[in-house]
Amino acid sequence: MTNLAVHLPGLELKNPIMPASGCFGFGREYSTFYDLSKLGAVIMKAATGTERLGNPTPRVVETASGMLNAIGLQNPGVKNIIENEVPFLAAYDTSIIANIAGSTTTEYEAVARAFNETELVHAIELNISCPNVKEGGIQFGTDPAMAATVTEIVKNASNLPVYVKLSPNVTNIVEMAKAVEAAGADGLSMINTLTGMQMHLQSRKPLIANKTGGLSGPAIKPVAIRMIYEVRQHVNIPIIGMGGVTNAEDVLEFLLAGASAVAVGTANFSNPYICPEIIDALPATLERYGFDSVEEVIGKGIIPV
Amino acid sequence: MIQKEKMIIKSVTNIALDTIEMVLENTFISKTAIPGQFLHASIEGHTLRRPISIADIDREKETVTILFKILGKGTEKLATYQAGMSFNVLGPSGNGFQIEDKQGTYLLIGGGIGVPPLYYLGKKLAEKQCQVISILGFQTKTNVFYEEKFRALGETFIVTNDGSYGETGFVTDIIERAGDFDSYFSCGPVPMLKAITKKLPTKPGLISLEERMGCGVGACMACVIPTNDGKSYQKICSDGPVFHAQEVSL
Repeated sequence: MTNLAVHLPGLELKNPIMPASGCFGFGREYSTFYDLSKLGAVIMKAATGTERLGNPTPRVVETASGMLNAIGLQNPGVKNIIENEVPFLAAYDTSIIANIAGSTTTEYEAVARAFNETELVHAIELNISCPNVKEGGIQFGTDPAMAATVTEIVKNASNLPVYVKLSPNVTNIVEMAKAVEAAGADGLSMINTLTGMQMHLQSRKPLIANKTGGLSGPAIKPVAIRMIYEVRQHVNIPIIGMGGVTNAEDVLEFLLAGASAVAVGTANFSNPYICPEIIDALPATLERYGFDSVEEVIGKGIIPV
Repeated sequence: MIQKEKMIIKSVTNIALDTIEMVLENTFISKTAIPGQFLHASIEGHTLRRPISIADIDREKETVTILFKILGKGTEKLATYQAGMSFNVLGPSGNGFQIEDKQGTYLLIGGGIGVPPLYYLGKKLAEKQCQVISILGFQTKTNVFYEEKFRALGETFIVTNDGSYGETGFVTDIIERAGDFDSYFSCGPVPMLKAITKKLPTKPGLISLEERMGCGVGACMACVIPTNDGKSYQKICSDGPVFHAQEVSL
């Protein structure tokens, strides 16, 4: 009998699989396809202090083995999310991770505080890496000092464990990881999307109205694996890995590289059942590669020094 | 209720320039879909599904007809699929055209690849003994399709932008000639919908929109359209694709 459970700060996961933020809304739509209690956790769409309308359309376009998106953090605001969305998710037997974003440290602080007060959320994913908004987001995610500051503020604003979502759009991901670890982060979540751009030949314009967007999907998986491996060597806090996961083998790859749990993003769009399908495939996949549990795979990649 | 369903291809026909008609067999979709809904089609080798509107349904034969234009790599690949093959879809997706249960005269205004969803709608209206008038616009003669099918439903005007077939100009140039009607239904490019809603500000109308989609089920916020008050967005995939003409800001 294989054991899928994973124990992380604030999160007792029955399995390591969770839909990634922004790819699953607040779960309502996918709850019509399957029982969300099947999931290890759900990472909610980013919440900001007040409602955000997001970017003009088109907001998505397909790329080779992936897609670009520039939604722009459209969300109804933290108050509305806490009133209308969190109770819905809380009815399921799964952990709730609230992704929080903001333009200023004050906004981050207010959103963190609000989620802390609900007592229905199990952890915070601190989004300092959204590439698609003009203010905040990625600025906090590319400067180690700013990343540390916002991490500290959010830590102080709540009792919830904080997983800092790192941007891959940096020269030195290890430096970012170390900075937020030192600032008190309980875990990391990586990677967010890589900024990209695609042109439309007939109109000679970018296909995304925001010009650039975040690249996700299988195209970025090797980048995610590399970054998780690098960061794992230098920090001690656990990593929720993500980036192009489409099957149980991918999950094992992330675990071997050093992730402790794995989020599934873009693949939800191709197949709304992808998360439960991966969860169902995990025991046999673990056995095939000689493992009895998820936890024993974490960081077990044999990588020459 | 959206389900993931396997569609078996019964036939593939090239009905106009770069325009493919596919007849697909599936019990659930053929029994539950209403006019204006779409299928979110999975195409091998592609990360994102492609939304394709339902053009016709035969409930007895349990078939669903879709029409699509080859506009990029996804539709190019889908066009290579042959009868006997299958692909999966999420569907029936979105909110379709709500038809009131009263007889009347209805104007259908379609532009290009926006024409197909109006056909199944027109058929349903004709079944209810409603009078159907259709104005169908295409760029040029080689793009024209379904003319005879619409004529079988009622008076039909074909317009081409270059005048190579039927009337010359835009669908909006013909509206006066269609006579009086109770309400209209329209699907086509945004500039066309804009012109129509501007020309018919007081007539009740339903318009169907399209946009590049992510999830297709209302979760990802990719395919949105601002509401008329500019204060919020509607999701085309799940609140739409059909909206009241004055409800959204085109």
